[in-house]
Amino acid sequence: MENILEVKNLHVSFDTYGGEVQAVRGVTFDLKKGETLAIVGESGSGKSVTTRALAKLIPSPPGRIKEGEILFEGKNLAQLSEREMQKIRGKDISTIFQDPMTSLNPTMKIGSQVMEGLLKHHKISKKEARKRTLELLDLVGLPDAEKRIDQYPHQFSGGQRQRVVIAIALACGPKILIADEPTTALDVTIQAQILELMKDIQKKVDSSIIFITHDLGVVANVADRVAVMYAGKIVEIGTADEIFYNPKHPYTWGLLGSMPTLDNEEESLVAIPGSPPDMLNPPTGDAFAARNEYAMEIDFVEQPPMFKVSDTHYAATWLLHEHAPKVEPPLAVQSRMKDNLHANVPGERKKEGDRS
Amino acid sequence: MGKYIAKRAGYMLITLFIIATFSFILMKLLPGSPLTAEQKVTAAQRAIIEAKYGLDQPILIQYFKYIGNLVQGDLGVSFQLKNQPVTKILMAGVPVSAQLGIWALFIGTFFGMLLGLLASIKHNTVFDYGANIISVLGISIPSFIFAGLLQYFVGVKLGWLPIAFWGTPQQMIMPIISLSIFPMAISSRFLRTEMIEVLGSDYMVTAKAKGVSNFALVFKHALRNALIPLITVMGPMAVSLMTGTLVIEQIFSVPGLGEQFTRGVLTNDYSIIMGTTLFFAFFFILVILIIDLLYGIVDPRIRLSGGED
Repeated sequence: MENILEVKNLHVSFDTYGGEVQAVRGVTFDLKKGETLAIVGESGSGKSVTTRALAKLIPSPPGRIKEGEILFEGKNLAQLSEREMQKIRGKDISTIFQDPMTSLNPTMKIGSQVMEGLLKHHKISKKEARKRTLELLDLVGLPDAEKRIDQYPHQFSGGQRQRVVIAIALACGPKILIADEPTTALDVTIQAQILELMKDIQKKVDSSIIFITHDLGVVANVADRVAVMYAGKIVEIGTADEIFYNPKHPYTWGLLGSMPTLDNEEESLVAIPGSPPDMLNPPTGDAFAARNEYAMEIDFVEQPPMFKVSDTHYAATWLLHEHAPKVEPPLAVQSRMKDNLHANVPGERKKEGDRS
Repeated sequence: MGKYIAKRAGYMLITLFIIATFSFILMKLLPGSPLTAEQKVTAAQRAIIEAKYGLDQPILIQYFKYIGNLVQGDLGVSFQLKNQPVTKILMAGVPVSAQLGIWALFIGTFFGMLLGLLASIKHNTVFDYGANIISVLGISIPSFIFAGLLQYFVGVKLGWLPIAFWGTPQQMIMPIISLSIFPMAISSRFLRTEMIEVLGSDYMVTAKAKGVSNFALVFKHALRNALIPLITVMGPMAVSLMTGTLVIEQIFSVPGLGEQFTRGVLTNDYSIIMGTTLFFAFFFILVILIIDLLYGIVDPRIRLSGGED
């Protein structure tokens, strides 16, 4: 399939009083037309910064794209001026933000906020824009759109606001839709609704979607491919099935092991010990080495390259080196690998498995 | 909306009544009388004058007479200024003070907002620091120093502008400038602080992600959200500027309310003091009402519940 976006060796740093915080340290991935790529990782792993850098939404200063390329339709976004970026933002690349309670302008009518992008990027009249806005509000499942369009954000609940935020992002039919933890700030029942809506939209629009989350249950639900980020790097990337049933990186094992499953009651949850490294002084070797029970000497000295597992599956761990000792993943992950019919979200994951 | 304003007007009357009562009591508690300064008054003359103004009657009677007159819009007559009614004296001072105050408020707020906006957009640059210094100076240096400097350099040394009195545009420039420095400094400070917070908020990122230009980000999205605290401080300031600023009016010999109030206090002129106090109170309450209505216009979240909207 054709690539719509290629990110090559992206570095993003923040200049603080304490020094340079290297939030993203050489991220490389591509996004195919119409696919949903999930980026998972702990807080502070650089997943949000990576995607904000794609639309150049990093406040600068202190943030800056230190090096790397963001290739979109033959243009390197990293080199574009602010004015040129304004033509791309909202039209070709748009973002759904995390917290609907703060991401809408409190003194502006909902309709105007949805319409703004349309009026900016398409040469259409106010009347047409309003008509299109009503359709959008309808698409995101906001009832009574005719009345709601002239209301203010405080007249909406959290879930409804997130629907509005989604409508704003969809307004111009973006080629790339970045969903930055769109369900994290919502309570569980609303999370499920918004997730349903996202899946619904996935089918209706032909945008490619980058879905950021730290919730692996969500990943299983929506993603075609998964990139696992740790300490500003992608440590493993592959199709959703490869990541869930044949994970190679110890960090991915840790993430999967710490994910609660419904079918294995007696198993206790395994937490990943320790905490992520300080990005002011990232470690010389593999950033995960200090927390990794499978770490070898080389892990503390040199960063592992991306080893190829299959055409679609890569992982950055020395365990994949031909001289590395053979290690078995933790039991929780092994049982998942052995019997991929018993997945976290049974219905969905099984379907994925059947298809491939 | 109409219902809300009617309700507020009712509260206003009650407040004014309470203020009138308190100012009456406080005046009576003050030592001395309007006649204290007049050494030449004999006991007999004093008795005649007191009888004329009703000052010999029991305090309760005086109070009811005062309130009774007040209801009819009569603030009494001045003891000092040849028996002129207080309302007439007020009416002479109010337009002058209001003119001076409104100009100072308008010019001060306009330039203050400009300064604050630029400082917030150019946050942490030389420009921001410069604006910061200007507003700190404007807040901490009293207005009479600016007034004195202006009078000396522009009025006396350069001879460009008249140094006193009120009426021609030339006479108005220096008092207005000296009076506008403080509101400029305050509005610049408040707008800058609030704008920096608003510009860093999540919904500004949302707007930016839509491809909104920097100009529209500031003026369409941020400014309105940053106005609330500014309105809160500027309201009471508008009152104090428009109801006569004692010092500036004295320095430039502006015949405004402030001048009359000072004279009333110095001569124990009961009816002038109570009249002006009541007028200040009325004006202040009115401005508070206007501010509350403005809040609703600027911020839909505090739109008044009594309205149809």
